[in-house]
Amino acid sequence: MRGFRAAVCVVVLAASASAGEIPRAERRSGSDFMSRETRAMQDDDTANPGMLWVLEGESLWNKKTGDAGRACAECHGDARASMKGVAARHPAFDATRGRPVTLEQRVNVCRTERQKAPPLAYESRELLALTAYLARQSRGLPIDVATDQRTQPFLDAGRATFYRRQGQLNLACSQCHDDNWGRQLAGNVVPQAHPTGYPLYRLEWQSLGSLQRRLRNCLIGIRAEPYEYGAAELVDLELFLMWRARGMTFEAPAVRP
Amino acid sequence: MASALINAPPRAKRGEIIEIKTLISHPMETGYRRTQLGALVPRDIIRLFVCTYNGTEVFRAELHPAIAANPFIVFSTVATESGTLAFQWTGDRGFSETESVAITVD
Repeated sequence: MRGFRAAVCVVVLAASASAGEIPRAERRSGSDFMSRETRAMQDDDTANPGMLWVLEGESLWNKKTGDAGRACAECHGDARASMKGVAARHPAFDATRGRPVTLEQRVNVCRTERQKAPPLAYESRELLALTAYLARQSRGLPIDVATDQRTQPFLDAGRATFYRRQGQLNLACSQCHDDNWGRQLAGNVVPQAHPTGYPLYRLEWQSLGSLQRRLRNCLIGIRAEPYEYGAAELVDLELFLMWRARGMTFEAPAVRP
Repeated sequence: MASALINAPPRAKRGEIIEIKTLISHPMETGYRRTQLGALVPRDIIRLFVCTYNGTEVFRAELHPAIAANPFIVFSTVATESGTLAFQWTGDRGFSETESVAITVD
């Protein structure tokens, strides 16, 4: 069955045998599947369009905002030191909420509670700029989400979402990204779904986008109704994906085709 | 907002060919797309990019609707004398952005 090249890729995906989880030694970042030109674009800070958001994020970091009239930098200081590794640890458990929160949610918690400013909309330029700036401070570090008793139920929920068939095409994330990575889906190579570089610049979007934007795209692709931005299901899935990529190098802001 | 990134060598030898990379933040809205209600999204693109080297134009590019957002333009010139490389992008809706870098030629 595996050697048979069906014209409709979905048929191949649905029919192929389950290969199970990817062994740790075989894990590969999405950047390994890209063309040399796209990799060069990611690696050069003056060619990587994600750096435009990073630069904007740096100015937002130092800008006073909200009723409290405070800038991020007034509490957190120089992000290059204080925010090192932070993005590679998210989603992280938030004790007051009793559940993991994403980097985007963490920024908005700080905005509403400390700066007394309105939360930034998901995928807004400002939120992407701030998260890109934060994520840039973790570039080159290993992904390291904390897993303990508190996060375990959410990690399990994320894992269940990853392996659950859904949508009109009745596909689970794992059927593409565990069982058929490296093969073609239409013109594209199916990557292993390790979120190593978010927020990242997708050439297709002509913009920077968050991991949740990518996840919603995938859900639409399998004709499932996408969860809302910030929905518990997406956060749990994000947590599971980051755990699944634990130890891999953080590349943000990455570039993807 | 810092919207343009320039990568040009700060020092060069006289007569050397230098590569200059420019990246600017811009949506490059084509003018052909429509909203969900069918209204045309007005065109908003950069029309012209010019680089001058101590006042002399060394590179010019006309941009068109098919060019992707955040245009990345790479070109080369010959390092002739110390001075300033000035860059200007102009476009629809009165868009105008300038940037400059210094270069030392020995």
